[in-house]
Amino acid sequence: MSAINKEVGPPVIELGTMGWLRKNLFSNWYNSLLTVFGLYLLYILIPPLVNWILLDANFVGSTREDCTNEGACWIFIQQNIKLIFYGLYPTEELWRINLVYLILLISGVYLLVPNLKYKGWVGAFLLVIFPIICVIMLSGGLGLEAVETRLWGGLFLTLVIAGVGIVLSLPIGVMLALGRRSKLPVVSILCTIFIEIWRGVPLITVLFMASNMFPLFMPEGVNFDKLIRALIGVMFFSAAYLAEVVRGGLQAMPKGQYEASQAVGLTYWRMMALVILPQSLKMVIPAIIGSFIAIFKDTTLVLVIGLFDFLGIIQFVGTNPDWLGFSHEGYVFAAAVFWVFCYAMSWYSQRLEKKLDTGR
Amino acid sequence: MSELMIEMKNVHKWFGELHVLNDINLEINKGEKIVICGPSGSGKSTLIRCINRLEEHQRGNIIVEGTELTNDSRSIERIRGEVGMVFQQFNLFPHLSILDNCSLAPIWVRKLPKAEAKDKAMEYLKRVQIDDQAHKYPAQLSGGQQQRAAIARALCMEPRIMLFDEPTSALDPEMIKEVLDVMVGLAKGGMTMIVVTHEMGFAKEVADSIIFMDEGQIVEAKNPKDFFDNPESERTKTFLSQIL
Repeated sequence: MSAINKEVGPPVIELGTMGWLRKNLFSNWYNSLLTVFGLYLLYILIPPLVNWILLDANFVGSTREDCTNEGACWIFIQQNIKLIFYGLYPTEELWRINLVYLILLISGVYLLVPNLKYKGWVGAFLLVIFPIICVIMLSGGLGLEAVETRLWGGLFLTLVIAGVGIVLSLPIGVMLALGRRSKLPVVSILCTIFIEIWRGVPLITVLFMASNMFPLFMPEGVNFDKLIRALIGVMFFSAAYLAEVVRGGLQAMPKGQYEASQAVGLTYWRMMALVILPQSLKMVIPAIIGSFIAIFKDTTLVLVIGLFDFLGIIQFVGTNPDWLGFSHEGYVFAAAVFWVFCYAMSWYSQRLEKKLDTGR
Repeated sequence: MSELMIEMKNVHKWFGELHVLNDINLEINKGEKIVICGPSGSGKSTLIRCINRLEEHQRGNIIVEGTELTNDSRSIERIRGEVGMVFQQFNLFPHLSILDNCSLAPIWVRKLPKAEAKDKAMEYLKRVQIDDQAHKYPAQLSGGQQQRAAIARALCMEPRIMLFDEPTSALDPEMIKEVLDVMVGLAKGGMTMIVVTHEMGFAKEVADSIIFMDEGQIVEAKNPKDFFDNPESERTKTFLSQIL
């Protein structure tokens, strides 16, 4: 018997705008209530925010007296933009930083455009030659005037710390992960101890140690640049976290992949480089990028050892008597810039996952 | 004329307390086809996995083409270069195309130039009749096609011995034949083969000798006719009555 149940009737149509609204926002009374409440929240939050950031904001002028409207005083950011982006780096040498940015931008875009030739060479250039260019251009040498790292600051310093941390911590993390899974007990134990020590300590402690304790252990007269000490600290700290992420990926690999690689005669390192790591790193891309984003945001902690990163310098210029009382603008600007960088990494990771998907 | 390819002398292996290989003695000559069968857990997979050191034997000697398997990694590498293996679960590399699966080891182990390795890979893919799938990824192929690709991958290293570990057990029934056909072709071409399988039709057609294993021991080793017509041991009879 297939009688039509007249009381229930046919399903309500789910096509078109109305159908979508009914299905997703008003499917029952509490969803309707939540929808209305959500709309109300947006109504009380968005217009004042838009007014403050855009409509009532001050964009033109050079001193705080020009900020006559009620909204945000973006003149504060404009007037301090050099400090915020470059720290105390000498103004006449700023072209050096900008040139480095430009090289990075061009090669980065080149790598992102699909189907171009010589991508391998551009990648190799970025990994091998570009760091050398960076060191010479940024700190001086080869006829360029030396710029001490204590003058480095702002967004530039944030990018240096995060960039070095991200680029160096991944290979170190991979080696630590392989080491921890090694069949040689000495290697495995050493890697485990190393990882667990770094993971067991807060980054802020690592930075303090690098900045204050480390010099005490060095012989008199030996002076390690403070920035380099901080970089090493950040690098090992995030390498330890990445090691565990990568180890998770290695453990998810089916045993058959190891056996098939061995059966065709691949040695350990080739098996890892050609078969195991490409697959296991792909599996943990979201977690790796998560770690990278964490490093990027954690760079703000270098303030405690007297390095003025992007956020640190914004707080610093806010204490300038000429610009007291504009910390809201500073924090909103900082948040926006951090969001742009972190979202870019997130977007790239999604793109990468799609590109590498071979349907397994 | 017969040239000794594989020699196992008094081989023992334990997994903890479990005695998985118990005094295995075996000699396999060039061009011989050996089929190994037996109940699950009888040690047949372990036996062939010892030949290319996916498992370590703990006592006795295994000599492959004059090279004794020891802990010396060079002996292991040399033997793995001569011995190809096909697995029950195919174990293709899912991140590489079929063509790259086949040319990977020739490029990195045999050091062939890329173009030459790919040509050779295409040649073997043609032989197993999936050259039209060369640029697809493993996940896009059927089980039978994947297993044929796995056979081609092993052949690309030009091994002198091929090991098959239940190559058709994970396949849908209608795909078993296409894989067995490839294996029969290989056997007729003179390859030395050790095949762990329950495909008794295949065993009858190509095997020079059939080995029945139980509880880590070789219970019976005979040519196919005697094996099926006059099995000696009770265990062999029981096993045959169950699978035939």
